[in-house]
Amino acid sequence: MEILYKKSRMLTDTPLSYCPGCTHGIVHKLLAETLEEIGAEGNVIGIAPVGCSVFAYKFFNCDMQQVAHGRAPACATGIKRCNPDKIVFAYQGDGDIASIGIAEIIHAAARGENITVIFINNAIYGMTGGQMAPTTLVGQKTTTTPYGRVVGINGNPIRLCEMIATLDGPCFVSRVSVSDPVNVRKAKKAIKKGFENQINKKGFSLIEVLSTCPTNWHMNPVQSLDYVKNEMTKIFPLGVFKDCQEGN
Amino acid sequence: MKQLMKGNEAIAEAAVRGGCRAFFGYPITPQNEIPEYMSFRMSEVGGVFLQAESEIAAINMVYGAAGSGARAMTSSSSPGISLKQEGISYICGADLPCVIVNMVRGGPGLGGILPAQSDYFQAVKGGGHGDYHMLVYGPSTVQEAVNIMYDAFDKADKYRLPVMLLGDGMLGQIMEAVELPEMKDVNSFPKKKWATDGSGIGADRRVINSLFIDPDSLEKQNHSLFSKYELLKRNETQYEEYMTEDAEYILVAYGTVARVCRSAVDILRERGIKAGLFRPVTLFPYPTNRLYQIADKEELKYFLSVELSMGQMVEDLKLAVNGKKKVKFFGKVGGNVMSPEEIVDNLVSKIEEN
Amino acid sequence: MEQKIIIAGFGGQGVLSLGQLIAYASIEEHKEVTWLPCYGPEMRGGTSNCSIVISDKIIASPIVDWADCVIVMNRPSLEKFSPKVKAGGILIINSSLIPDSYEKANLCVIKIKANEFAEETGSVKNANLVLLGAYVGKSGIFSLETISTVINEKFSGKPKLIPGIKEAFRIGYEIGQKY
Repeated sequence: MEILYKKSRMLTDTPLSYCPGCTHGIVHKLLAETLEEIGAEGNVIGIAPVGCSVFAYKFFNCDMQQVAHGRAPACATGIKRCNPDKIVFAYQGDGDIASIGIAEIIHAAARGENITVIFINNAIYGMTGGQMAPTTLVGQKTTTTPYGRVVGINGNPIRLCEMIATLDGPCFVSRVSVSDPVNVRKAKKAIKKGFENQINKKGFSLIEVLSTCPTNWHMNPVQSLDYVKNEMTKIFPLGVFKDCQEGN
Repeated sequence: MKQLMKGNEAIAEAAVRGGCRAFFGYPITPQNEIPEYMSFRMSEVGGVFLQAESEIAAINMVYGAAGSGARAMTSSSSPGISLKQEGISYICGADLPCVIVNMVRGGPGLGGILPAQSDYFQAVKGGGHGDYHMLVYGPSTVQEAVNIMYDAFDKADKYRLPVMLLGDGMLGQIMEAVELPEMKDVNSFPKKKWATDGSGIGADRRVINSLFIDPDSLEKQNHSLFSKYELLKRNETQYEEYMTEDAEYILVAYGTVARVCRSAVDILRERGIKAGLFRPVTLFPYPTNRLYQIADKEELKYFLSVELSMGQMVEDLKLAVNGKKKVKFFGKVGGNVMSPEEIVDNLVSKIEEN
Repeated sequence: MEQKIIIAGFGGQGVLSLGQLIAYASIEEHKEVTWLPCYGPEMRGGTSNCSIVISDKIIASPIVDWADCVIVMNRPSLEKFSPKVKAGGILIINSSLIPDSYEKANLCVIKIKANEFAEETGSVKNANLVLLGAYVGKSGIFSLETISTVINEKFSGKPKLIPGIKEAFRIGYEIGQKY
């Protein structure tokens, strides 16, 4: 019998710990397939953050480091500077990258560290039970914004890609979504580009993936995907914000 | 051949010769000569130097570098070391080797920039969250700091834990003649099979991690850490004694303060007072057993802990002596360093009180 | 043999480098030495000082409470450090900047117009060398050969300056010898 489809070799057999309908799994799959396609097998070090993907070190079939909350870009810098010929990636959530670790990501980007950062933005703190994130939408209810996010009290959501793209250091900054098959294919392309840049020593790439959190959004998976498409993209528009290969 | 070197620079050079090939730091007085020195020295030896955006980033760069197998270090001074504590806890939890220099300045808060020993508790009791220790040295001369730093990476690798050199502003700034050891051959260091060098796959893949979500595994990890500390106590405890043989009064001091105490002992002896000096070289492990032994000496009247703090090491001294003899304390803080004469006067007035 | 020295003045007068030259000379003569700078906030623009201990034996405390010699290059330093000279010790005053008369029993006070002499050698920056000369001339602690070697080594990157530096030292040395 002909095998038409199989799990990427870059994923272990450990069952994913994510909730039903969560899009972390899709991104894990895209990332693993990409690593396989670029031939990174046996030549890659990944970094797991603190947050829902804290267990990512169990899922990717490569050397992994789990690191303190927000510090993945610093850790990745340490690894990459000592191992310039290895592929190094950091996988971070919104609280990790845009709140507690915003200094680390900005400086890694400004230095143009030759690493690839995957940023999962689901506008909420999933692991800790649904608190407000730096990317929580105005009006969005969380366990720490029970009346919805209020600008005068909680401030505004942070658009990380747009901020990072203002820097001279980064090579590729893009926001994608995995809300439907077309966007999933685009997301994979962006992730692949991020890694190709690294292989070609072009420097820092950041790929933000708009993701769902059905559990803490109190929605079913379909509603969650609609929320990404209809609400999140209004505040976080998809697109390429910087691409050194296209001269912008 | 001996050469005149500033403490900070000599420590940096000794680190290079001891195999350090990655340095991540952030400026803070009084240790800036270390990153400044490393900034050119690392490029000369083909290593990595990076001025991080913060002490927090620096220690996490050390985490990444050490986790991937490099001999990595960072240096800072008190407020900066406080910022590094989270990272140090993770490094200990993940069994990573590295070297950390703390050129202590007075605190709390922004404090001052002059010498102090007020980070003793932080250094020897853990410092960050969780049950852990580092191997902590308190060298008292530039030469001793060089010798300790030269072997610090070997010790860190052997036990897979951070080694801290606890100095103070005076040790960093002083210039003394030092004999520098030969450059170690970086290819001679034992291979780190546990390090995430990128080659791992399948059953061979390596994970650097301090998360043990299952209580039994976390308990096991804590016990495993503490079995290393038992080995440290057995193998690495170091101290020096000066005229303790027939001493009626033993000064206990570490670091640069111990030098001042040594001068005080000489003055006291000239005046016919039988004083001695006990100098812990390792602060963790503390030379508890030897002090417990010394406390049995009949002629010994009491110990006097002399520190640049409000009284920190004195607690370990009391635990060691365990009530067998009295333990007294003399401290100065704020960046003021006691002179030999002040120590003499303090001891004499305590003797007269009795 | 043990000599304790304090050198003090304004930042930029070569206080720390004067101390370092003494330290290098000590090493050259196979003595133990410690050089301890004040690195307090005053180093940013104000006064500067350093303490040197030279000995035949291992040096315990690098801190100088009582000095065999104090060299002061400005008035605040005179006020702060002149009480630290031991009885029978040497106090060297840069009288270009401290014109006041200063007498004290049991002290050898050397007043020397270091700035003016230094200017004669081509640069006011050599004032510290004039004072070093006075100290060596009076104390006889180092041989002239040692000083020459140290100057040649430490200024090897600026060979054009060496003759002026040596001349400044010589002027100070001859004055020191007379005391």
